[in-house]
Amino acid sequence: MSTVTSSRYMAEYEAIAPTLPGQNLPWLQQLRKDALAKFSANGFPSPREEEWRYTNVSAIEKKLFAPVLGGDPHPNLQTLDANWLKSQQLEDTWSVVLVNGHFSADFSKLDGLPEGVSIMSMADALVETQDFASLLENHLGRTVTNAEHSLVAFNTAWFTDGVFVHVPAKQVLAKPIQLLHVVTEADALASTRNLIMVDENAEASLIETFVGTDNAYLTDTVTEVFVGQNSHLTLTKMQVESEKAYHFGGTYVKQAQSARFTHHNFAFGGLLARCDIHTDLDRASECEMNGLYLGVKRQHIDNHTRINHLKPHAISREMYKGVLDDRARGVFQGRVIVAEDAQKTDSQMNNRNLLLSDDAEADTKPQLEIYADDVKCGHGVTVGQLDEKSIFYLQSRCVDEETARNMLTFAFANEMVDKIKIKSLHDKVLEQVLARFPQEGVEKDWL
Amino acid sequence: MLKIENLHVSVGDKPILKGINLQVKAGEIHAIMGPNGSGKSTLSHILSGKNGYEITQGKVTYQGTDLTEMPPEIRAREGVFLAFQYPVEIPGVSNIYLLKAALNAIRKHHGQSEVDAMDFLALVKHKVKLLEMDEKFLYRAVNEGFSGGEKKRNEILQMAILEPKLCILDETDSGLDIDALKVVAEGVNSLRSKDRAFVMITHYQRLLDYIKPDYVHVLANGQIVKSGGPELALELEEKGYSWLESQVAA
Repeated sequence: MSTVTSSRYMAEYEAIAPTLPGQNLPWLQQLRKDALAKFSANGFPSPREEEWRYTNVSAIEKKLFAPVLGGDPHPNLQTLDANWLKSQQLEDTWSVVLVNGHFSADFSKLDGLPEGVSIMSMADALVETQDFASLLENHLGRTVTNAEHSLVAFNTAWFTDGVFVHVPAKQVLAKPIQLLHVVTEADALASTRNLIMVDENAEASLIETFVGTDNAYLTDTVTEVFVGQNSHLTLTKMQVESEKAYHFGGTYVKQAQSARFTHHNFAFGGLLARCDIHTDLDRASECEMNGLYLGVKRQHIDNHTRINHLKPHAISREMYKGVLDDRARGVFQGRVIVAEDAQKTDSQMNNRNLLLSDDAEADTKPQLEIYADDVKCGHGVTVGQLDEKSIFYLQSRCVDEETARNMLTFAFANEMVDKIKIKSLHDKVLEQVLARFPQEGVEKDWL
Repeated sequence: MLKIENLHVSVGDKPILKGINLQVKAGEIHAIMGPNGSGKSTLSHILSGKNGYEITQGKVTYQGTDLTEMPPEIRAREGVFLAFQYPVEIPGVSNIYLLKAALNAIRKHHGQSEVDAMDFLALVKHKVKLLEMDEKFLYRAVNEGFSGGEKKRNEILQMAILEPKLCILDETDSGLDIDALKVVAEGVNSLRSKDRAFVMITHYQRLLDYIKPDYVHVLANGQIVKSGGPELALELEEKGYSWLESQVAA
């Protein structure tokens, strides 16, 4: 059945395979081979799968998105508007730029990295002679396997490049790292695989930005993350793909004992965007997941989170908010799994949706699976409209109804923006939210 | 300034107000007292334009025009201010943002240009001081996490900045301790002027010790059953409402 759906991609693979990085690494060849077999057997995810019941990706298989071939110098930079790209780079960060799925040394800014910190293109890291070969072999494909849905396998088989980040023990990074994914080619497949390793007692902040020019294309990115003992990693995803684009992004995390992982997920762009964030919590580790999705027109935005409490005394806090207008559809599936061994788990999951039009839709499905008996777990879900009492209060203070609704909608969304601690990033995200819900006459400090 | 004539109001099929007549002139302070369920809050909601009420008879004119035809924000811009019994918490909208939006809406309504940023801050800070409030309040979300007293004080702050002509105070004394009540009352008294009128809706006489009304009306079962001067409030304090309610029933 579904083999048919992937056959066009499979037919192309043979030609593409020799161009992919890691040709000389038998372990990676095996990883790719297994992934290809999985993808070949299953095809793209189908709405018959429980995790995909609200999201139909058949459009991806009807089109044929093809990887853009790499090369040195980077082949796609001539057609790129350099000023536009630079405007997407955040001030005061180390920045890694990937254009159409390939690292661009020209735009990346990696000078002044502290000793021992590695940030480099995945393709470079996979060159056998590099010191990282064994590190990669032992970590790539370890936070997520072929048991996951087939877009992950698709990524494993197809990825052309990505970013490798290694922060050694006790290193506290002074600046955030931005991974800027840019797609400029129509019908391109930008398939990237990232590995982020933060060793023990370290601290880092990473920003994944996804942008593209006004084309249909497919971003397929998988980020594997290891957060070491007592370390803290903050990962912010800002997805502002073109409105014709398809996006799949999976982030798969393993947290060691007492590790903290904070994730902010801003899903604003794309025609169809799916984001998975999974984390495994060890003893006394903490995770915070914040999300904001804004859908307009016919956008379909799907966010899946999975929090695995594997060991005792871990804490998880999750808040996802959605604002859906026009005919947009938002999906939230949040799973919290508390293993038998994970006593004293403390977990809170919330999803709140604001529907601005009669045709907008929110599908929300929180799932708690608890196998331990001494835990504190809660979840709450709302799908609703703006509070009439609040609108009346604002009207009684001279504000017309439309403005009142706009103020309240903005405030609803801004709560999530407010959680960003990095100023340049905060302002960038705020800019996006203000573009959607302009607040006239307000000064930034008042928001 | 305000003229209420034979006003009948229903919620669903249930009549709440049954023929209210009231005239308020500039410079006057009217207290409307009454037991729970007498229709006091309905009256304040009708004046401010809240949804969910049906006017079945009568009319309300404000400065010569039909008030009931105006949407709530137009009433507010024309100078009608309701100080809420339960001020609404608006997470994510700061006090200062709302104050500026409100003030500019009024100015625009009257064909004036937007307020200058510096002038606005100076004005707001001056009023904050007057009400013995902390400036930090300005940058907090409207009423969010405020104590009962802080919320009421915030209502008076808005009033002081927006300078309305007709102020309706709905149970402003409820939930206030004596110190907060004094501050709020001082705030109100400082706003008294010959161009401004107040309608105070209250269950208890306590507020009237601090804000002296010119007229007192007793609302019972949807009607004004007695009107008089400030001395009426004292009589109510002593005798309660039941002697008046029984008069209506009879």
